[in-house]
Amino acid sequence: MKTLTVSVVTPNGPVLEGEYEMLVAKAESGEIGILPNHIPLVSPLSIAAVRLKKDNGDKSLAVNGGVMEVNSNKVTILAQSAEKPEDIDVQRAREAKERAERRLKSKQDNVDHMRAELALQRAMNRLNVVSK
Amino acid sequence: MASLRDIKKRIDSTKKTRKITSAMQLVSASKMNKAEQNAKGYVPYSEKMQEVVANIANSNPDVSHPMLEKRKVKKTGYLIITSDRGLVGAYNSHVLKLLQQTIQERHQSPDEYTVIVLGRKGYDYCRKRDIPITNSILGIADHPQFSDIKDLAKEAVQLYSDEEIDELNIIYNHYVSAISQKPTINKLLPIENLHEHNGTTADYEYEPNQEEILKVLLPLYAESLIFGALLDGKASEHAASMTAMRSATDNAGELIDDLTLTYNRARQAAITQQITEISGGAAALE
Repeated sequence: MKTLTVSVVTPNGPVLEGEYEMLVAKAESGEIGILPNHIPLVSPLSIAAVRLKKDNGDKSLAVNGGVMEVNSNKVTILAQSAEKPEDIDVQRAREAKERAERRLKSKQDNVDHMRAELALQRAMNRLNVVSK
Repeated sequence: MASLRDIKKRIDSTKKTRKITSAMQLVSASKMNKAEQNAKGYVPYSEKMQEVVANIANSNPDVSHPMLEKRKVKKTGYLIITSDRGLVGAYNSHVLKLLQQTIQERHQSPDEYTVIVLGRKGYDYCRKRDIPITNSILGIADHPQFSDIKDLAKEAVQLYSDEEIDELNIIYNHYVSAISQKPTINKLLPIENLHEHNGTTADYEYEPNQEEILKVLLPLYAESLIFGALLDGKASEHAASMTAMRSATDNAGELIDDLTLTYNRARQAAITQQITEISGGAAALE
């Protein structure tokens, strides 16, 4: 059976490379599933988990935004950060979540608000991936 | 001639200095290796990024985005990468000289340019000469993470999209090898030369559409170029520091040799003098 070659690359080096049967990512417009022989596609991703399927088990990655490119059975995800569940610092993510929530409650100006919201999304994303 | 004790003192202090500089050389060497690895680890990301951007630009020659379009240049931004510490030889002066030269060649008044500074040396230099500074980061780690400069990179790109500046250049020391670093100036924005990349072009489907993707992708691309230059600059910094410390160690060694020679001569002269005095005294008694 045909497979997809998936590589997830961040500024701090490659995070994951491997062959998978299916990939589900969350684009800004909604979830996208990629199967082998998908037509070439480029899409920005939102802060969410990317799920990878293989016959011997699934895998999730916490991807922090970025861009996905699909071309001739190669999927490349470029993100500013991406983590495997085992690499996530749960303690830190929890603290970040609480911090962001406190900031959202205190309602400051818009820039801070947006930043806090993004930080919250990132933290939730990490926690979600770990708890799966 | 200096007294024996004075020479001895100087030899001792030079030996201590040599110990320090040789230790610093070793530290820089190990930091340089790490920095070089960091820069290498970053290559896949920047290459992939370039590939994707070039793919999009190639498959649609008529793509338009503010960051791809040349505007009339009213104000130029310079991003310079310098070190926080001294003891790095000519590392900083190369970058700053290039900045000064470029400014002199291209601009008449300080309204026409602004500088974004990484590193204390560059910051102090610009402050002293009244060069306008828009933003700066001091005290960057030896092995920077992308998150360290994310905000600054974002702001630099933002300045361009807000039309505060119409061009962004980056000046840094390019790491050629451990013994050679080359001060380089690169035009970052507007993004040019995309079409030169010879990759396989494909007809892409864009989700949701091209404009949206370029809106996300091009800032990421520009930011990735800034971070790449920083990693490159850091590797150069440690290499320059290593070279500077090695020549300092060598010079200290030479100085010690010279001083030891003078010391021995002085010692011999003193002994000869004593013997002459004693034999002179003995002759007088006879």
